[in-house]
Amino acid sequence: MTDLIAARTQMAMSLGFHIVFAVLGIAMPALIAAAEWRWLSKEDRNGLSLAKRWSKGTAILFAVGAVSGTVLSFELGLLWPTFMEQAGPSIGPLFALEGFAFFTEAIFLGIYLYGWSRIPPCVHFLSGLIVVASGIASAVFVVAANAWMNAPSGFVLQEGRLSQIDPVAPLWHPVAWHEAGHLLLGAFAATGFLVAAIHAFWLLKEPDSAFHRLALSIALAIGGPAALLQPLSGDLIAKSVAVHQPAKLASMESLFATKTGAEFVLGGIPDAATRTVSYGLLIPSGLSLLLYGDANAQVIGLDRFPPEDWPPVAVVHVAFQTMVACGMVMAALAAWSGWRWWRSGSLKLDRPWLWTLVASGPLGFVAIEAGWVVTEVGRQPWIIDHVLRTADAVTPMPGLWIPMVIFTLLYVVLAGVVLWAIWKHIAATYTAPT
Amino acid sequence: MGTLEILLGASLVGALTCYLLTGGADFGAGIWTLFAFGRSGQRQRALIDQAIGPIWEANHVWLIVAVTILFTAFPPAFSVIATGLHIPLSLMLVGIVLRGTAFAVRTHDVTSRDGSSSVSPIWRHLFAVSSIITPALLGISVGAVASGRLTAASSPSGSFTERFVAPWLGAFPLSVGLLTSALVAYLAAVYLLVESQDQELRNAFRRRAKAACLAVLLTGGFALVQAREGAPEIYAGLRHTPVGLLAIVVTFGLHVAALMTLWKVRDRAARGFAVAAAVIMLWGWALSQYPYLVEPNITIADAAPDETLRLLLASLILGSIILFPLLYYLYRIFKGRVVF
Ligand code: HDD
Ligand code: HEM
Ligand code: HEM
Repeated sequence: MTDLIAARTQMAMSLGFHIVFAVLGIAMPALIAAAEWRWLSKEDRNGLSLAKRWSKGTAILFAVGAVSGTVLSFELGLLWPTFMEQAGPSIGPLFALEGFAFFTEAIFLGIYLYGWSRIPPCVHFLSGLIVVASGIASAVFVVAANAWMNAPSGFVLQEGRLSQIDPVAPLWHPVAWHEAGHLLLGAFAATGFLVAAIHAFWLLKEPDSAFHRLALSIALAIGGPAALLQPLSGDLIAKSVAVHQPAKLASMESLFATKTGAEFVLGGIPDAATRTVSYGLLIPSGLSLLLYGDANAQVIGLDRFPPEDWPPVAVVHVAFQTMVACGMVMAALAAWSGWRWWRSGSLKLDRPWLWTLVASGPLGFVAIEAGWVVTEVGRQPWIIDHVLRTADAVTPMPGLWIPMVIFTLLYVVLAGVVLWAIWKHIAATYTAPT
Repeated sequence: MGTLEILLGASLVGALTCYLLTGGADFGAGIWTLFAFGRSGQRQRALIDQAIGPIWEANHVWLIVAVTILFTAFPPAFSVIATGLHIPLSLMLVGIVLRGTAFAVRTHDVTSRDGSSSVSPIWRHLFAVSSIITPALLGISVGAVASGRLTAASSPSGSFTERFVAPWLGAFPLSVGLLTSALVAYLAAVYLLVESQDQELRNAFRRRAKAACLAVLLTGGFALVQAREGAPEIYAGLRHTPVGLLAIVVTFGLHVAALMTLWKVRDRAARGFAVAAAVIMLWGWALSQYPYLVEPNITIADAAPDETLRLLLASLILGSIILFPLLYYLYRIFKGRVVF
C-alpha cells in the first residue's frame, strides 16, 4: 500500500465515520424538540418521556461526533499539509465560523441534556431549537469548504499558487448551497427513517404502545417530507455537477464518449479499460433529458479528458446508482406513508407497512455514505479541482499505513461500543411507560 | 509585521489559554479519577462527573478554535507542525477520542443512573489513563514547537528519525509534557476543591492541590533547566529579557502564594493564584517566543493574505460577542455557586 493510498483510506474512513454522527447530531435534536413540543403544547406525557429517552440515548452520539470531528480538524494537516497550506487562506474562515457554530451547539447541548430541572420548560425547549440551528449552521459551513474543493473560486492561480484570495467567495458559491441543501435534507431523511424503523420494530411487538406510536409519527413527519424532496435536490445538484465537474458527472453516469442524446445507464458495471458498461439497462436519451430537458442535448463524456485525469469510474458509478436507488425507495415509501395517513387521518399500523419501515431503516445512511463517495472519489485525482493533485498534497511522512490501521481499529472498536450502548438503551426503552 | 498578524497571534494564544483553563482542567479532573478509590472513591467520581459533564464538550471547542486560527492565519506554521509532529499529534488524537468516548459511555449509560457502578471498570481506567496521556502529548508538541528543532522535518534530506522523531523525543519536549499534565491536574484539584461541598472530599482535594502545586514547581523548574540545551531561543527569552525574568519570578511567587493559601484553607484565593500562574506560564512562553511561531524560522509574519486575516478577525470578534454571553449563561446555570 502506498502512503498516498493509506492517507486517502484514513481520510475516507474518518470522514465516513464522522458523517454518521454529524447527521444524527443535526437531525436528532429536531426530533427531540418535536417530542418536547408535544409535551408542552398538549401535555402529552409520552412526549416528555420520549424527549428524555431520545436525548439520553443520543448523548453518546454527540460525544463521539465531537471527538471524531476533532480528529478530522487535525487530519487535514496531518495527512494533507500542502493542501491546508494552499487552502487555509480560502476556506479557513469557514472553519472558524463552523467553530463558533460548534460552540453554540455544545453550550446548548450541555444545557439541554443536563438542564431539565434547572431552567424553565420553555427555555429548555428553546435550547433544543438552538442546538438544531447550530448543527445546521456547522453543516453549511463545512460543506461550503467541501464545495470549494469541488468548484474552487475566489482566487487567481499564479505559478501553481493561489493569490488575490477572496475568502468570502466560497460561501456564496451556488455549489455550496446545492450541496448544503442536499446534505441537510439527507440528514433529516436518513435520521427520520432510522428512528422510524426502530420504533416500527417495537410496534410490531407492542401494537398498542402510544409511546412508540408518537415516536413513529414524529420520525416520519420529519423524515418523510425530506425524503420526498431529496430527489428534486439531487436533480439540481447533478445539473450543477454537469457544469462544474463534467468528468465527475461522466463517471457517475458511465458516459465514456461525448454524445448528443446521451442515454441513462441504469445499474451496470463500467470498465474503464475497455470503455464499456456491462449488465446495464440503457434508457435512450435519458441523460440528456434529465440534465438539460432536451433529448438531443450534448453531454460531455470522459473522452474529453486524459485518462490519467479520470476518477475511478466504476466506484463513482456504482456509488451513485446506490444513492439514487436508496433515494427512490425512500421517496416512494414516504409517499406511500403520506397517502395512508391522508386517507385514514391517522397512523394505521399494519404489519406489511411496519416491516417495510423496519427494512428500509438503514437506507438513508447507505445513501449518505454512497453520496460522499461520489463527491470525493469523483473529484480524484484532484484534491482541489484542477488546482492541486491529491498526490501532491499528501504529507511526506512515511509509513502512513500505521496510523491508518490504528485509527481504523480505534473506529471499529468505537462503532461496536456505540452500537452496544445504544442497543442497551433501546432494549431499556422497550419497557418504557406508555 | 502588521497589527493583524499580532492580533491573530494573540487570539491564538488566547484560545489556548481558554483551553488550558477549561478543557485542560477537564483532563486534569480525569487524572484524579485515577486516585479515586477507597472509602470516598465513589463520591469523588460522582463529584468529577457532575463537575465536567455539562461543560466538557463546550470547553473542548477551544482547541478546535485554536487549530482553526492556526491553519487559517498561519498556514506555513500549521503545515510544518502537522508534518513534523505527526506522531505525537496522532497519539494525542487517539487520547482525545478515548477520553471523550469513555466519559460518555461511563456517564450516559441508561443503567447507570445510580452512579457508575454498573459500567465496567475498563471505562474508568481508560478515562483516567487517556486523561493523563493526552495533555502530556499536547505539551510535548508545544515543547517541540518551542525547541527550534521542528523545521528539520521540512528538509527532505534527513532520515526518518531526524525528521519525524527527534524533534519531539527529547528531554525538553518531554519535560514540557510532564509539566502540562501536572499543570492540568493542579488546576482541576483547585477547581474541585471549591466545587465540592463534602468536607472529606475538600480535605482530599486540598492535599492533592498542594502536591500538584509542588509537582508543577518541580516539573516547571526541570523544563527551564532543560530549555538551556533543548530550546535555546526560549531560554534566552526567559532568562535574559525583563519580560521573561518577570514571568519566571511572578509565576514562582504565585505558586508560593497558592501553597500558603491552601495551608490557610482559603480555597477560593488559592484557585485564583493557580489560574493566574497558569495564565502567566502560557503567556510567558508565548512572549519569549515572539515573534516566532515555530522556532527558529517561522514567524507570525508568515501569514495568510490580509483579506483572510481581516475576515478571520472579524469572525472571531463577532463570534466572541455572541459566544461569551452564552458561555456565561452555561456556567451560570451549572456553576453559578462556584464560579460567580
Ligand atoms: C439520505 C441521503 C441521500 C439521498 C436519498 C440522496 N442523496 Fe445525493 N448525496 C447525499 C445524500 C443523499 C450526500 C451524502 O449528502 C451528498 C454527498 C455530498 C453532498 O453534498 O451530498 C450527496 C451527493 C450527491 C451528488 C454529488 C454532488 C457533488 O459531487 O457535488 C449528486 C449528483 C446527488 N447526490 C444526486 C442525488 C440524486 C439524483 C438522488 C435521487 C434520489 C440522491 N442524490 C439521493
Ligand atoms: C463527512 C462527509 C464526508 C465523507 C464521507 C467524505 C468521504 C471522503 C472519501 C471517501 C475520500 C477519499 C477519496 C479518495 O481518495 O478516493 C475523501 C477524501 C477527502 N475529503 Fe472528504 N468526505 C466528506 C466530507 C468532506 C469535507 C466536508 C471536507 C473538507 C472540508 C473533506 C475533505 C477531504 C479531503 C481533504 C480528502 C483527501 C484528499 C482527496 O482524496 O481528495 N471531505 N473524503
Ligand atoms: C459534510 C460533512 C460534515 C458535516 C455535515 C459535519 C457536521 C457536524 C456536526 C453537526 C457536528 C456536531 C454534532 C455532533 O457533535 O455530533 C460536528 C462536529 C464536529 N465536526 Fe463535523 N461535519 C462534517 C465534516 C467535518 C470535517 C471535514 C471536519 C474537519 C475539518 C469536521 C470537524 C468537526 C469538529 C471539530 C466537530 C466537533 C465539534 C465539537 O466539539 O462540538 N467536520 N460536525
